Amino acid sequence: MSDLSGGFTQAPQQSARAFRAVLEAMARPGRVQVLDGAAPPAPLSPAAGAVLLTLVDQSTRLYLAPSHDTPEIRHWIAFHCGAPLTEADAADFALGTWEALQPVARFAIGTPDYPDRSATLIVECDALAPANARLTGPGIETEALAHLPETSAFVANHASFPLGFDCLFTAQDQVLGLPRSTEVEAI
Amino acid sequence: MTDHAYNFAYLDEATKRMIRRAILKGIAVPGYQVPFASREMPMPYGWGTGGVQVTAACLTPEDTLKVIDQGADDTTNAVSIRKFFERTGGVETTTHTSEASVIQTRHRIPEEPLREGQILVYQVPIPEPLRFLEPRESETRKMHALEEYGLMHVKLYEDIARHGEISTSYAYPVNVEGRYVMDPSPIPKFDNPKLGGNPAIQLFGAGREQRIYALPPFTEVVSLDFEDHPFQASKADHDCDLCGCATSYLDEVITDDRGGRMFVCSDTDFCESRRSAGHRGRLSPEEMA
Repeated sequence: MSDLSGGFTQAPQQSARAFRAVLEAMARPGRVQVLDGAAPPAPLSPAAGAVLLTLVDQSTRLYLAPSHDTPEIRHWIAFHCGAPLTEADAADFALGTWEALQPVARFAIGTPDYPDRSATLIVECDALAPANARLTGPGIETEALAHLPETSAFVANHASFPLGFDCLFTAQDQVLGLPRSTEVEAI
Repeated sequence: MTDHAYNFAYLDEATKRMIRRAILKGIAVPGYQVPFASREMPMPYGWGTGGVQVTAACLTPEDTLKVIDQGADDTTNAVSIRKFFERTGGVETTTHTSEASVIQTRHRIPEEPLREGQILVYQVPIPEPLRFLEPRESETRKMHALEEYGLMHVKLYEDIARHGEISTSYAYPVNVEGRYVMDPSPIPKFDNPKLGGNPAIQLFGAGREQRIYALPPFTEVVSLDFEDHPFQASKADHDCDLCGCATSYLDEVITDDRGGRMFVCSDTDFCESRRSAGHRGRLSPEEMA
């Protein structure tokens, strides 16, 4: 029965709270937000599960990277989100560890006319600390520090602004946002 | 009391997810207008259907909602939207800017500075700043893609040629992070300086035109101007007749048919707070308090 458990028990209220955490994360890059309420099957983290429950549904194509392409996760997503699974280059959302999502250059970055038609990567991490990158840009008053799996890919992603993919890094019940608008520098 | 015949905050969950995805893309590309599948709302277009949908997608049960219409908490539009969310969301409402976590606004930014943790939701009639210069959506989309904003500067220049100054006084176009030219909705240009560097999240919803756009906190927002005609935030050259404030944005109220008039703060909460703190203006002497 594991397929049927682990979703939101009060979907409207819990997804509203989860969205506000994701919104704050995306609007204030580098600031870690708490995101709980979901109990998805391992290795999917509660935070990533909550992101899926809040944003992903029948109308969004989801790519599962090899790290997260397990029968349990497929069943859980099929039951709770109903998102059609797809290849990486056609995905609206992608889920996996940073290593499993490589090469990230294959994800949609939008078009000059429609930069919003781009992928959102849900990147599963072991931890969101210690900081190894300095962030500047919209949403950040002066600068913010964050733990990123690498920096060069995000420098390249920002260079094509307003095109680019957007990232949500998740670990346990924590989420950290990195939109394409953020300038990233290794420290 | 929540009306249990409705889902929390009225909209169904699939619609909220769709709006939430659009808001997040708007945050990621500040100033870019994200298309979204705007729904029919139980109010006519032009009454804030875009703002209401964005507010519905953002509200949590713990939020305190404030709704203003041209600064006022007590007009029909503001009262009915507040009641709408009291009934369908069961959220607390307030008229005090400082107590609100979500503020839906029509055509004003509150006088009191916003803070982190607040969301300001604008009702937007025409989201496209270039629309009155170029009616074709296919063309304006291309102009945004190519960052081709010369036409907007021509329009401001023609203002100067005709009137000696930039006469655009509301919906004054801004450039966001050096990239997109954005319509800040019909707020007076007096409010433009508050758009940039604001610690709150600013979201813009246009229901009829089906667009959502956003300004994350501390975004760089520059009002378009020329070196020799710099942007000036203007207001009526008076003090508020009720609270005496010399720095707030004023409404002019005609009081009789013989030329009588008064100027009052357009932000009613700001004006009332000042008066209850003892400030007085020309038409509210101490003994009237």
